[in-house]
Amino acid sequence: MRGARLAGAVCAALLVLACGGGERPANAIVVGHFASMTGDTATFGRSADQGMRMAIEKINAAGGALGRPIWLITEDDRSVTEEARTAAQKLIQRDQVVALLGEVASSRSLAAAPEAQRAQVPMISPGSTNPKVTEVGDYIFRACFIDPFQGAVMARFAIDELKAKRLAILFDFKQDYSVGLAEFFRETATKLGAEIVADERYTSGDIEFRAQLTTIRAAKPDAIFVPGYYTEVGLIAQQARELGIEVPLLGGDGWDSERTLEIGGANVEGYYFSTHYAADSDSPRVQAFVAEFKDKYGATPDGMAALGYDSALILADALARAGSTSGPALRDAIAATSDFEGVSGKITMDAQRNARKDAVVLKIDGGKFRYHRTVSAE
Amino acid sequence: MRVRAWLIGGGAIAALVALDWLAPRALNPYYVTILSRIGIAVIAAVSLQLVNGFTGQFSIGHAGFMAIGAYASAALSVYAGAALLDAASQIAPLGFARLLYFPLVLAFGGLVAAVSGIVVAVPALRLRGDYLAIATLGAGEIIRIAILNIDAVGGARGFSLASPAHPAIDLRFESLGGVFGVALVTIAVIARLVYAGGGLAFRAVREDETAAESIGIATTRVKVEAFLVASFFAGVAGALFAHSEGYIHTNSFGFVRSFELVAFVVLGGLGSLSGAIIAAATLTALPELLRGFGDWRMVLYSVLLIATMVLRPQGLLGQRELWPLARMTRGGAK
Amino acid sequence: MENLLQQLLNGVTWGSIYALIALGYTMVYGVLKLINFAHGEVYMVGAMTGYYAAHAFGVAGAPSIAGLVAVMLASMIVCALLGALIERVAYRPLRNAGRLAPLITAIGVSLLLQNLGQIVFGADPKFFPALVRSEELVRVGGIAISNIQATVLATAVVLMAGLQYVVRRTRFGRAMRAVSHDAPAAALMGVPVGPVILGTFVLGSILAAAAGILVGLSNPKIDPLMGLMPGLKAFVAAVLGGIGSVPGAMAGGLLLGVIETLVTGYLSSTYRDAIAFLILVLILLVRPTGLFGAPQTEKV
Repeated sequence: MRGARLAGAVCAALLVLACGGGERPANAIVVGHFASMTGDTATFGRSADQGMRMAIEKINAAGGALGRPIWLITEDDRSVTEEARTAAQKLIQRDQVVALLGEVASSRSLAAAPEAQRAQVPMISPGSTNPKVTEVGDYIFRACFIDPFQGAVMARFAIDELKAKRLAILFDFKQDYSVGLAEFFRETATKLGAEIVADERYTSGDIEFRAQLTTIRAAKPDAIFVPGYYTEVGLIAQQARELGIEVPLLGGDGWDSERTLEIGGANVEGYYFSTHYAADSDSPRVQAFVAEFKDKYGATPDGMAALGYDSALILADALARAGSTSGPALRDAIAATSDFEGVSGKITMDAQRNARKDAVVLKIDGGKFRYHRTVSAE
Repeated sequence: MRVRAWLIGGGAIAALVALDWLAPRALNPYYVTILSRIGIAVIAAVSLQLVNGFTGQFSIGHAGFMAIGAYASAALSVYAGAALLDAASQIAPLGFARLLYFPLVLAFGGLVAAVSGIVVAVPALRLRGDYLAIATLGAGEIIRIAILNIDAVGGARGFSLASPAHPAIDLRFESLGGVFGVALVTIAVIARLVYAGGGLAFRAVREDETAAESIGIATTRVKVEAFLVASFFAGVAGALFAHSEGYIHTNSFGFVRSFELVAFVVLGGLGSLSGAIIAAATLTALPELLRGFGDWRMVLYSVLLIATMVLRPQGLLGQRELWPLARMTRGGAK
Repeated sequence: MENLLQQLLNGVTWGSIYALIALGYTMVYGVLKLINFAHGEVYMVGAMTGYYAAHAFGVAGAPSIAGLVAVMLASMIVCALLGALIERVAYRPLRNAGRLAPLITAIGVSLLLQNLGQIVFGADPKFFPALVRSEELVRVGGIAISNIQATVLATAVVLMAGLQYVVRRTRFGRAMRAVSHDAPAAALMGVPVGPVILGTFVLGSILAAAAGILVGLSNPKIDPLMGLMPGLKAFVAAVLGGIGSVPGAMAGGLLLGVIETLVTGYLSSTYRDAIAFLILVLILLVRPTGLFGAPQTEKV
C-alpha cells in the first residue's frame, strides 16, 4: 500500500513537472481551470482536469484551435469556497487566460463567477448544477443540466420505481448544490403526492450524523434522499447501516466518484443516484471515450471526467466558430453551441446558458456503478 | 503650538493625497495590495494592543470584531450604499459622492463593531486571565458561526460587494492614501488615549487590577473603554478590508486571524504601539513577498512565536516606544 | 421514547470521545494552571498514527481485536512521546514566566502542529481502515447498538476507570493531586514536581491517542485539522465539568456530547458547533468553576 502511494506521489510529481514545467508555446491559447485538486472533493477536480487534458491533447494533435495549441493552466482551490475565487482571479490577472473552465461544485462556481463576469472572460462550468451559477451573468455557461431537472429525476424515480410514499431528506446546508437539489426534490415529491416525513441537515466537513439519522429512522421513511458530496455520503451510509436503517439511500451527481465506493464499501450496495453519464453505456462514442481514458490514465472515467472532456471540446469548438479569442466574440460563440455531440450527451446551450441534457440513474451493484436507466430532458 | 499642529496635519494630508495618486501609477498593483493589507493589519494590531498590551486583558477573539465591521459595512454598501451613490451621482460627480460616502461606511462598520464590543465586554469583564482569553475565543467563534448562517450576507458562499440592482456602481474603495490615513488616525487616537491625561489608568489596570481598584480607579469603566475603542477600530479595519477586497468570507476572520493579531502584538512587545506596528507590517509583508511559502507561513509564525516566548518574552520592544509617542501626544508620564 | 434513548446512546458514545480528550486538558490545568491548546493536535496525531500503523502492521483489510489493540498501543506510545516533547520544549522553559507566556506558546504549538501535519500528512482527508467490522451488534427494542459503538464505549469506560484508579490509588496519582493542590508545598514535601508534570502530560496524551483511534473507528474520516474543533469542544467540556477536576472532565464530556446530539436531532444541526461556545460563555458567566469545581478565592 505504501509502495503504491510512493509510486503515485512520484508519478504526480512527474506529471506536475511535465505539465507545469513543460514549455508553453509562444502562440498558445491560454485557458484556465480552477478546480478542487485536493481536499474533501478532490476527485471532482482531478477527474475534470484529466478529462480536459485528454480533450486538449486531441485538439492540439489535430492542429489546435485557430491554428494555435491550447495550453491549460490548473489552479487548485483545495475544495475551499473562497479559494475558488482567488484561483479564478489568479488565472485571469496573472495568467491572462482567454477562458475559464470550472468549477464542479456550485458554491465554488458561484464564488468565482462574478470575477469572470467582471473581467469579461467566458467561463464554462463542467458540472455545477445549481441554477444560480449561470444567473451571475452572460459570460457564465455550463455544460451540464441543472438541479430543477435533477431533483425531479430522483423524486420521480423514488415514487414511480421504488414506490416510495414516505421520503426523508438529509442535505448539506453549506453547499448551494445540496440545498438547491434538496429543494427541487422536495418540490417535485410533494407535487407527486409523496410525504416528506423528515428533513434533516448537516454541514460539509461533519463526520457524525447519527443524531440526524436517528430522527430520520424514527419517521419510518421508504427512502432517504442524500444530495451531498461523496465524502459525507460514505460516512452517512456506514452510520445508517449501523443504526439498522435498511431503506435505500438516493443521491445526485455529488455521489459520482470512485471514493463513494471506497469509503462506503458494502454500506452503499443497492443505492441509486442520478448523474450525467454512465461509463458502461453501450453508445459507441462513450465506449471509445472510456477506452481511451483507461488507456491514458488507467481508470474508468466518472461523470466529472466526461463533463470536463466535453467542456474543453465545446470551448475549442466555440473558438473555431468565433474566429478570435476576444471575450465578447467567444461568449457569443459558446452561447450559439447547438447539437454538439459530447460523450455526456448532445449539448445545446439554451437562453439561460444551460445545457439541456438527459440524466442517467446509476445503481451501486456488486461494488460498481451500473447503468440503470435514462431520463430524458423533456 | 497650534500652528505646528495644523502644519503637521496639513502636511500629512498632502502626503497621503500624493501617495494615493502616485501609488497605482508607480507600483505594480500587487504591491499596492500588499501595502493596503499592511495598513489594515496595523490598524487591527494597534487596536488589539490597547486591550492586550496596555490594559492587560487577554483577548484572543479580536477577528470577530473585524468580521462584524466587515459584514456590517458590506451589507450597508450593498443594500443601501449602492442606491444612495446611484442617486447621488445624478446630482454630483460620482467621485465626489464616493469621497463623502466611504468615511461614513467605515464609521458605520466601526460603530456596529463597537456595540458588539460592549456586548462582549460587559459579561467578559468579570473574568480574569485564562478564563477571559477563553471567553473571548468563544465570543469570536460564536460571531463567526452566527454570520456564517446569515444568508443575506452570503453565508458559506461569501459576500460579494456588488449590488445586483446597481451594477454600474463600484462599491470598492482601493485608496492607499485612505488606508494609511485611517491608520494614522487610529495610531494617533490610541496613543493619545494611553499616553495623555488619564492614560495611566489603563496601565494601572494591567499591572495590578486589585491595587488599581483600591486607589479609586474605576477599573470596570477603564476596561469597557478599552474594549469599546479597540472593537471600533477593529471594525473599521474590517470595513476597509471588505471594501478593498470586494469580497469577504467568514474564513478570513476565524481563530487563525485572531491568533495572527495576537502574534503581532506579542512579538512587537505587549505595551508598545510602535512594536505592534512594526510586527504587523513585517509579518504581513513577509509571506506575501516570499512566494511559494504557502503552507509554511503559519509554521513560521508559530515557530517565531514560540521561540520569542521562550527566548525573549518581552517581544521586540517590550513596553518601550520607538518614537516619542508620549511626547507627541502632549502629556504622559513615561 | 426509543428515539430519545437512541439519541442518548449516540450522545454518550460521542461524548465519551470528548471526555477522553477533556481529561488531558483538565489534568494538565490542574498541575500547571495551563490550558494546553496543543492537546487537540495530540488527538489528531493519535488518529494519524493509528492510520499509518494499521497499514504498516498489515491489519488494514482484516478487522480483528488484536489488530485494534496493536494499533492503539502504537498510537499511545507515539502520543506519549509527543506530549513529553511538547512539555519539555515549549512549556518547561516557561515554568516561572507567569500565565500569559505559556498560554501564547500553547496556541503557537497548536498551530505549529496543525500546519506541520498538513505538510507531513498531506491536507487531503484519509479514511481510517475498518479495524472493527461495522455492523449492528444488538437491537434492544428499537435501539440499535453497533459493534463500533460498543467498542468505543467499552474502551472509553475501561480507560476512564483506569485513570480513576491511577489518580486515586497510586503514588503517582497522589503526587499529581498534591501538585495540583499546592505545587510549592508539594515540592517542599519532597514530591518530584518536574517528573510529575511530565507524567501528567504523558497520561493525558495516552488518553488523547485512544480518543483518536476510537474516532477513527466510528467516524473514519481523518485529516490534519481534525483536532481543532474537538480540541476546543473538549476544553469547553473540561470547563463545564470544572477545570482541574477529573470526574468533572468525564461528566462534562458526556454532557456536552449528549447536548450536542439532542440539539442536532431535535432542533437543527445548524448551530452544532456554536452550542459548545454558547455553553462555554454561559458557564463562565454563571458558574466559572464548573459543575464539580470548587470556588476559588483570589489572593491579593
